[in-house]
Amino acid sequence: MISINDLHAGYGALSVLFGVSLHVAEGQTLALIGSNGAGKTTTFSVLTGFVKPRSGKVTLNGSVISGLTPTDIVSMGLAMVPEGRRLFPSLTVEENLMIGAHCDRKGTWDLQRVYSVFPTLEPLRKRPSSSLSGGQQQLVAIGRALMSNPIVLLCDELSLGLSPAAVDVVYTAISRLRAEGMTLIIVEQDISRALASSDIYACMRHGGIPLSGPSAGADRAQISSAYFGMD
Amino acid sequence: MEVLINGVFIGALYGLYGLGLALTLGLMRQINLAHGDFIVFSAYLTLQGSLLLGVHPLMVLPVVAVVMFVVGFVLQRLVIQRTLGRGEMPPILVTFGLSIILQNVMLELFSADTRNLNPGPLGAASIEIAGLSLGVLPLLTLVVAFAIFWATSAVFGSTKFGRAIRATSDSDQTAQLMGIKTSRIFAVAMGLTLAISAIAAGFYGMRGNFDPSTGPERMLFAFEAVILGGVGSIWGALAGGILLGLSQAAGSLINPSYGPLVGHLVFLVVLLALPGGLMSLRRRQ
Repeated sequence: MISINDLHAGYGALSVLFGVSLHVAEGQTLALIGSNGAGKTTTFSVLTGFVKPRSGKVTLNGSVISGLTPTDIVSMGLAMVPEGRRLFPSLTVEENLMIGAHCDRKGTWDLQRVYSVFPTLEPLRKRPSSSLSGGQQQLVAIGRALMSNPIVLLCDELSLGLSPAAVDVVYTAISRLRAEGMTLIIVEQDISRALASSDIYACMRHGGIPLSGPSAGADRAQISSAYFGMD
Repeated sequence: MEVLINGVFIGALYGLYGLGLALTLGLMRQINLAHGDFIVFSAYLTLQGSLLLGVHPLMVLPVVAVVMFVVGFVLQRLVIQRTLGRGEMPPILVTFGLSIILQNVMLELFSADTRNLNPGPLGAASIEIAGLSLGVLPLLTLVVAFAIFWATSAVFGSTKFGRAIRATSDSDQTAQLMGIKTSRIFAVAMGLTLAISAIAAGFYGMRGNFDPSTGPERMLFAFEAVILGGVGSIWGALAGGILLGLSQAAGSLINPSYGPLVGHLVFLVVLLALPGGLMSLRRRQ
């Protein structure tokens, strides 16, 4: 479904990624974990087209997407729920959802389906997005990304700044998407939550992936060592 | 009474000047300091077209609007877009430079002579309403202004393009994540602002004189209309323009030379009392 092969990337003279390779099959969920500065955000920036890779490539459904513009990548089926939700404050809830469909990609996700998956949003449709709670905003951000009918959905720090109850609501929505067969890559600081919500995990450190494997039965001590670099 | 009604009519024209600026300032977060010079340039294009084809200026206006749309699109794509994301100063400096270039180009091409657009019999035509004699051309300006404000409000408020530009205005990078080609969206928006300014230029040229140096004054009226109405509000620009026109008319009742001065004073008072403009009153309610 989506493959990252020997990816090297950085900003100016600063190199951040050193040969990152990952593969996520159709319907799988990958949890990308790692401390701040490990390279998770840069990996997402390359996937979404905001950072051009120095070498290596990313393929989505067999088509190379690395080096394309962000708008072209969305049109090819990769959508993202950005860190901090980043809803458009001057748009209503429904307008935020509709803007997700801007690229006119064909598929089964439309307003009706988003409202059926996130029923709490329908009564709020005319409200300014900025008037919603953090958890409601996160559901809008997920719904907005789904409106582009993605093949793969990237979710960056879904629980950031949310109450524990709101995090539960958001991850219930993620579970539902997984059950429906959506392919996901999630970045999450809460390792327990990340492992419980994924099929496979990859732990990043210093721009590489020292540890990866199936999430079920993952060795927490081994992950902590890789996470903090206690080799 | 007629003087005040004429104030409303001229205010509608100021509102049209301001609409283009309101869109660039409020929605695109850009300041186009050459806005007034583009209005004057459009008036010259209308004049040349009208003389060349031997037709009424109003017949040429749609063509000039299309030409100015293309000018705006190309200007944004090739010049202003390159200055974005590098702080607030580069777009201001570039459009300030454009303003000077445009004034000199117009001086070179059309000379410093004062010109106007000949409205023909329309200029003197009037109708009687409730005992008041109202000019047909000022009335037409008001009707056209309302039609343009309504159309602009509909386009920016409830179309896919309108949503895309408001989203881009909120966050360029997040808009790109939605598949919006933001530079193209801004280019179309700049094209629309100059097309609207071209329509305003036609009515300006038929109601007053212009020369290559009158752009900055149009810019000042446009700026005052936008600030009076409230930055970011489309209808606010019309309300601000009408308040400015009324203030000038009221000032000219005291002394014919006091019109612009009273307009500027009212602008300053409103700016102090309502920094968010007239539309902030509506939001408070």
